[in-house]
Amino acid sequence: MTDLVRLTIDGREVEVPAGTSVLEAAKQTGVLIPHYCYHPGLPVAGSCRMCLVDVEKSPKPVPSCATPVAPGMVVHVASEQAKAARRAVLEFLLINHPLDCPICDKAGECTLQDYTFQEGREAGRYADYAKRYNPVEDFGPDVLYVPNRCVLCTRCVRFMDDVAKEPTLNVSERGDRAHIGIFEGRQLDHPWAGNVVDLCPVGSLLSKDFLNKARVWDFDKTASVCPGCTQGCNVVLETRENVVVRVRPRPNAEVNRFWMCDEGRLRYGWLNRSDRIEAPLVRHGDRLVPVEWEAALERAAELMGAAEGAWVGLVSPGASCEALEAASALLALRGGAGAFRVREGPEAPLAGVPDLALRKERAPNVHGALAAGFTRDWSGTLDRARSAALVLVLDEDLADAAGPLTAGRLVFVGTVLPEAARGAAVVLPSANMAEEEGSFENLRGLRQRYLQAKSPPGMARPAAWILAELKAALASRAGARA
Amino acid sequence: MSGAPVAPHGETAGAGLPRVFVGEGRRRLDAVIAKYPAKAGALLPALWMVQEAHGWISPAGMAEVAEVLELTPAYVRGVVTFYTMYHQHPVGKYFVQVCTTTPCNVCGAEGVVQAFLKATGAKAPGETSPDGRWTIVEVECLGACGFATPVMINDDFVEGVSAESVPALVARYR
Amino acid sequence: MGYPHPPHPKETQVLSRHFGEPDARGYDGWVKRGGYAALEKALGTPREQVIEEVKASGLRGRGGAGFPAGVKWSFMPKQKTKPHYLCCNADESEPGTFKDREIMRWTPHQLIEGCAIAAYAIQAEQVFLYVRGEFTEPIAIMQRALDEAYARGVLGANAMGKGVRIDVMIHRGAGAYICGEETALMNSIEGKRGNPRIRPPFPAAVGVFGCPTTINNVETLASVPHIIEKGGAWYKGLCLSNPKSTGTKLFSICGTVARPGNYEVTMGFPLKDLLYDVAGGMRPGRKLKAVIPGGSSVPILTAAEAEDTVLDYEGCVAKGTMLGSGGMIVLDDSVDMVYQVMRLARFYAHESCAQCTQCREGTAWTVKILQRILGGQGKAEDLDLLLDLSEQMTGRTICVLSDSCAAPVVSAIRKFRPEFDAYLRNGRRKARA
Repeated sequence: MTDLVRLTIDGREVEVPAGTSVLEAAKQTGVLIPHYCYHPGLPVAGSCRMCLVDVEKSPKPVPSCATPVAPGMVVHVASEQAKAARRAVLEFLLINHPLDCPICDKAGECTLQDYTFQEGREAGRYADYAKRYNPVEDFGPDVLYVPNRCVLCTRCVRFMDDVAKEPTLNVSERGDRAHIGIFEGRQLDHPWAGNVVDLCPVGSLLSKDFLNKARVWDFDKTASVCPGCTQGCNVVLETRENVVVRVRPRPNAEVNRFWMCDEGRLRYGWLNRSDRIEAPLVRHGDRLVPVEWEAALERAAELMGAAEGAWVGLVSPGASCEALEAASALLALRGGAGAFRVREGPEAPLAGVPDLALRKERAPNVHGALAAGFTRDWSGTLDRARSAALVLVLDEDLADAAGPLTAGRLVFVGTVLPEAARGAAVVLPSANMAEEEGSFENLRGLRQRYLQAKSPPGMARPAAWILAELKAALASRAGARA
Repeated sequence: MSGAPVAPHGETAGAGLPRVFVGEGRRRLDAVIAKYPAKAGALLPALWMVQEAHGWISPAGMAEVAEVLELTPAYVRGVVTFYTMYHQHPVGKYFVQVCTTTPCNVCGAEGVVQAFLKATGAKAPGETSPDGRWTIVEVECLGACGFATPVMINDDFVEGVSAESVPALVARYR
Repeated sequence: MGYPHPPHPKETQVLSRHFGEPDARGYDGWVKRGGYAALEKALGTPREQVIEEVKASGLRGRGGAGFPAGVKWSFMPKQKTKPHYLCCNADESEPGTFKDREIMRWTPHQLIEGCAIAAYAIQAEQVFLYVRGEFTEPIAIMQRALDEAYARGVLGANAMGKGVRIDVMIHRGAGAYICGEETALMNSIEGKRGNPRIRPPFPAAVGVFGCPTTINNVETLASVPHIIEKGGAWYKGLCLSNPKSTGTKLFSICGTVARPGNYEVTMGFPLKDLLYDVAGGMRPGRKLKAVIPGGSSVPILTAAEAEDTVLDYEGCVAKGTMLGSGGMIVLDDSVDMVYQVMRLARFYAHESCAQCTQCREGTAWTVKILQRILGGQGKAEDLDLLLDLSEQMTGRTICVLSDSCAAPVVSAIRKFRPEFDAYLRNGRRKARA
């Protein structure tokens, strides 16, 4: 058991494990000491000097991020000397910092703004001197570097060095000429590089995807899970007016620490697709006609009830555990079974973190599908589907599925109607993962919940609800017949 | 420091220069690497070798050093740009460093700089003379303050230079 | 003055006794002068005793910090579980200081001997001799001397046949004053940018390549053979004032003085005598205005203060300054204090490593304010601003480069205020000095 150390911070006593920094100890008393270079996921630099606090019996202020607690230590975060020291750091940072707030993406989530408001001077004293100027650099593919705004906290450099383990960024030059650099002809194309934009405390490293797109105070933020692969990184979906505008990682010590990969970060556009099925559809002759939910569910139950023989399921490994379990229970009514397939891509680990990678299987709920009883035998199941009496498709895009999918009836539950499903008898519109609450099971068997970030389009509903309703409708038919 | 040479360069800059760490150059580097407990310790010596061979350290030179020491080019670049003695651009045949920090400054060092510019035809500190032979820069304390003004001409360390003695000194290097 | 120059009668030549004798550079010449006897003696003495002898001598770090050398050596682990290293700091870049260059140029073997004794004492088998890149001549001379030392069996796997391995190698710097800071020096040896490290951990615990390391200045190490040869008590007896400051010191006297050069005197020597007697005083027709006694990073003394200063660590502190490296910059009444302070601030702004906000931005801002004052556009509040910035640049950073910029600025404003006021009143500077 680790030794505990008791100390006092601004009059409040706190007890923390030996080795904890004063900054982290202060968090536990509800005090957030301002800081830039410090980040719990990076090695300590102690260079920005923003976190200076007073410690009794210490002749000068100490950097709280780099100072371990000591028994009986008395720390003053809000003393006049400490506040003056921090106020000075802010003034020094602002002398060359351009007054870009009105055009800077970081406004609203910028700690230079926040700390200056909180502890800074009302006006700087850097009278009419020229500010340092350097042109914007494209670090590519998604990252822009605005040297004029950089506070040289070096979080980005330390991330690439120690977490990504590929030193792609450096500090170039010396003194007030220093800036972040990259090597000529190279790009910041590491699969996890986008984290440097999150890490940047100011608007110096920017995401091109997010450039000038929205103001952060317009966002609704929802806790979610990345649907990109089986790792299950925890994320925040940031939406504005029902559109997902940005995806950022949410800390989870077990799964993804503080990070997410660029695949997940940048490939969220599909959550905003507009070519969605917006109403339940039922076949009348050669047309699919929109109807009310009750009518559609009735029709589907009728067709399913009449279908002799096993039912076959073709499901997406991106569906929620709840939807997959409901689909599995539904198929089981007729001894049916189903399968899924998953798109693959190269695995890209984040070398400095154990067991964290962009996984080969690029779907969030492969393991949820397996747990629900679905198999990987896609081609075999596809064959069986052709001669099955009823095929239930759960949000699969059926790409490369040649010819008519089935000789029997097709009930399609999903978000977008693929070509191969245009012969469906019933089409039931479902919500995508941003539009519902549900859970995914990651590759370590961890079931994680995601919450609803935006409204589904038209009359679309969560797939779990649709399938439960279908099962109920079937049961009531069977009951009625009995 | 006034007059640090400035010019843009791109990825291919220096690509035509011969590789440094082949044959004898490689043997010399390996002998140096062997003296350090970790390969990266040989970085500053390796960069000196590149500058010795090419007269400056080009991006291609940095990339070669990165390759042989198993470092990234970005890392090497960060180190090169920290240390002011590594030239990131070609300089004149004679690279002149004149100390102008206070102990030499009060003994006429700035006059020595002007005398060098006049005697060589270089228009300003940091610029190379039209005939390509001379680049004059002001540097910080050279550690010979009692022998004001000390001047380095390439690797030659000359003590006690005055504005008056500059023309004769320059003549020695023609 | 360049050597050979006849020693002044008031000098006490221990380190500099053989400066100016070309054949003292060679191994045979050095041995003829008694060289390497101390190393031989040390290698036959238990290393703890060697450390005790150096502790007893009162030798303090001559690079500027003045930390007791024997105590620093005793911080190294007694039980060796990892390789130990010794770094000899020959990065000499403190403006006003040029003593280490002379030690290396004239008596390279004296330095090698000191390094070897220290390495033995702290159980280091490898010594990094970090020499600033501009010292091309000292590097060549040291390398020749090292080659000789190896050839004659002084260094190597079996140093002096005593079964101890001592290797010394030169690591050439590449133009960075900050690499004279001991943790930045270690980073530079590791092939990194010369950034000072946060402490703890201290070098004796985690130093170069993660191993216990001691860093000592050239002059400090060059003093060691003499202490071993003649005993710590002898060295401790070389003391003219405070018993905590013992031995001799090579003072580098430069600036507007008649006979600039390195002069070796006993600790506690009066500054007045060193300046007027030994170094020949002022140039014809000029009066002393100011002295910066310890390299440019210490507070400036007025002429009156300087003439009353005792040259040892405590004596300088008593006058509100520091002995530092002993690089004494002498400024006469022709010197424009405002311009020179700006020039010093420019030095620090150029050399800042860029880690700490106060240093990176503050040194450059200080230069800008001073340049504006010199350009005749200074405002009355600029002086208070400089004092305020300097206060926030002192004691708040990873290393003391920031403090070193503040020291001359603050002392100049406090002690030479009329010169600043003249600019604020009269405008743009005219004469250059």
